[in-house]
Parts: sequence; C-alpha cells; structure tokens
Amino acid sequence: MKYGYYPGCTLHQQAEEFDVTTRESARALGIELEELDSWQCCGAVFPLATDAVINLAAPFRALAAAYEAGVELVTVCAGCLNVLRRTNNLVQNDDETRDKLVDFVEEDYAGEGRVHHLLELLRDEVGFESVSERTKRDLNGLRIAPYYGCLLLRPPDEMEFDDAEDPQILENMLAGIGAHPVSYPLRMDCCGAYLPIGELEERRNRAAVAVMRSASAAGAEAIVTSCPLCAHNLEQCAQDVPGAEMLPVLYFSQVLAYALGLDADSCGLEPDGLHAGVCEKIGIGEVK
Amino acid sequence: MKLTRHGLHSEMIEKIERISGEEISKCYQCGKCSAGCPVAQEMGTLPHRVVRHLQLGQDERAFEAEAVWFCTSCHTCESRCPKGFDLSRVMEALRAVLLRRGEAPVRPEDLPAELFAAAPQQAIVSCYRKYVS
Ligand code: SF4
Ligand code: SF4
Repeated sequence: MKYGYYPGCTLHQQAEEFDVTTRESARALGIELEELDSWQCCGAVFPLATDAVINLAAPFRALAAAYEAGVELVTVCAGCLNVLRRTNNLVQNDDETRDKLVDFVEEDYAGEGRVHHLLELLRDEVGFESVSERTKRDLNGLRIAPYYGCLLLRPPDEMEFDDAEDPQILENMLAGIGAHPVSYPLRMDCCGAYLPIGELEERRNRAAVAVMRSASAAGAEAIVTSCPLCAHNLEQCAQDVPGAEMLPVLYFSQVLAYALGLDADSCGLEPDGLHAGVCEKIGIGEVK
Repeated sequence: MKLTRHGLHSEMIEKIERISGEEISKCYQCGKCSAGCPVAQEMGTLPHRVVRHLQLGQDERAFEAEAVWFCTSCHTCESRCPKGFDLSRVMEALRAVLLRRGEAPVRPEDLPAELFAAAPQQAIVSCYRKYVS
C-alpha cells in the first residue's frame, strides 16, 4: 500500500539519519512511502490554548493535502505524530474549529484521513514476525533501552499509540530484530522537552539525566527513541553531568534498517565515534 | 489575606477557563499531578499550588509562579488526575496570557548561535511556540 510520507522539518535538516533509515526500512518491508508534494512544519507542539486556531493551520494543510492525494499519512517523528494526530481528532470533533480552518486554509477537510506511525504499520500491517523474517543481520542481543517519552503516548485517549501505561511496541520490534529490549523505570518519563533551550539554559536538565541514569543502571548498551528532541536532550546529558555514564542514543529506525541490511554508514552508525561499543557488539568494523 | 467571593470569580479566572477549556474549581487539590510531574523539582511552586492560587482568586500569584514556564506540557498530570482535570492546558493558558501581554521569557536574539547548529529544528520551533509568541 502506498502512503503519504510526512518527514517533518527536523528529519529534513538535523536528523537526516532518521529520515534515510525510515525510508530504507519501509522500502525493505514493502511499504511505499511517497513524500507529500508540499508540506510545512507542523509547529512541533500541539496548541493547548483552545483559541490558538492559527497554530493548527499547518498541520491541517498537511492532513488535507494527504486526503486530497488519496493517501494515508505516515510519520516517524514523535512531535509530528502528536501534532498531526491531535489536529485530526480536533477537526473530527470540533465543528467550530474545523469551520475556521476550512475557511482559512481553503481546503474542505473534516478529518477523514488517518495518520500512522511507521511502527504501527510494522505491527498492524506487516507484522513483527514478518519483519523478523526479513532481517539480514542479527543484532546479537544488543541490550537496548526503548525510550518512549511523552509525545507518542500522551494524551492516551487522543494518541491511542499502544498501551499508554505499558507500551510494548518498541520492545517487540527490537526483540524481532535480535536485540534484547531492556526494561527500566523511566522509559515513559519526560526528557525535559524544550526546557533546556528556553528556561533551563545554564541549568542541568535533570529530567534527561534521570532517564539516562535509569537506562544505564538497567544495563542497557544503547537507547532508542522516535523523537529528535528526546535524542538531543539525552545526548546533551554528557555536557550536563561530566563523567556520567553516557549511552549512545539512536533512532529506532537506525537499528531496524541495519538489521534489514542497510550498510552501517548509511544507517549513521559510527564505529570510530559515539557508537563504538554498539558497533563492536553487532559486528560493524569486522566485516566490511 | 482576605478571601472574598469577588476574588474567587475574577474576570481573569474566567479568561483562563475560556482559554484552557478547564473549570478551575474541578481540581480538589489531591496533589497527584505534582507527585508525578517530571520537573516539579525545578518549579518553586508545585503545579497543584498554581491551580490553588487560581481557585483562591490569586491570579497574579499564579502568573508569577516559575512553574508556568517550567511546565513541559508532558501531559503526565492530565493522564493521572483522578478528576480528569487537564492541568497542562491551564499552564498553557497562563503562558498564553503572559505571551499576549508581551511578557515573553525568551528573546530569539539572545539565543546563542551554536544552538541553531546543534539543536533539532523541533526543539527550536517548540521553544519559540512556548516562550516567544
Ligand atoms: S491531580 Fe487533578 S485533582 Fe489532584 S491536585 Fe492535580 S489537578 Fe487537582
Ligand atoms: S504537563 Fe506540566 S505540570 Fe503537568 S506533569 Fe507535565 S510538566 Fe508537570
């Protein structure tokens, strides 16, 4: 089935490895992703003020464009998923807001479309067993801490992304590609989001440090996430806590694409840098 | 301090209720939100105390709380509140009023240039949305 792909602004810029490995993973699994002809930044955060209708115009436009093109949307950025899915819910349920958006954007759209996360398609359409059968490499039991954070899961009744109290989708995907998912207490806690950029500036981002410590204490060798903001905050922990045990932070699609056969370089795995330990364990650097 | 019925029903509280879509009196101050808030330790005033100020008609004290800017909109409070009260929306309404008054805590021109090279676009856009306008 063909889907409309919404990469979002971060995957087009700073998180290129997330974009490349998403496209390659989908391709290897027979999911056709075609980027929308034209899209804008979703706004990164869903507006919680009921009168901030203008902030919904960009996600509304993307949703309407996908519907017009006859495709359902796929995204992997947790921020984009949160904004697009919640905007779609609002458009379905709030006539007044929908009418304003229809007038403003000049697209007749009432929330008929759907927004998927790639992981949901792997679970529901492809099946993790079938993903497992198509792997070309085994991750050798690499101990990976899946980090959900907030945006995939909350608010639960709007996101409906797995079980919001005990999600297993990342764990199941990881187990399917031969990794060992590590269970740790803070996998659904907040990483501090935009705080370090705005309010925290000179202060330690204790929320991210707590997540890093929690994963590390559980014996993880790496963390995977679906959110560039989480990845950034977790990577910044090294600066916040000099000498702290730092785990490499990867996008889930990087390990998935590697297992599906994409070369390490295209997966953004760096055997000589940040990912040395991970690469050694999964055999990158031995056989080139 | 003197509590009056007038204070409890200020125009400002009605405005916060309009913007947030939440009824301030619904919160019964159990504190579960603050117990699970991931940034409570940075906040000075705990999240449920911010609501308390509003309930008591002390809207200026709510506006002054550091918690308003430290809230990450993580929705942990909302997903655990036994009353189904969405505190994250109340925090957003407080921020919205301050931003609309021109009281933004971040000026883009003060953000360091390195940040724009290192941080994901998602971080910068959310920072602007929450702290600039
Ligand atoms: S959890 Fe809900 S009811 Fe309890 S103090 Fe917080 S907002 Fe009020
Ligand atoms: S939404 Fe804000 S107040 Fe609520 S738990 Fe998260 S940071 Fe705390």
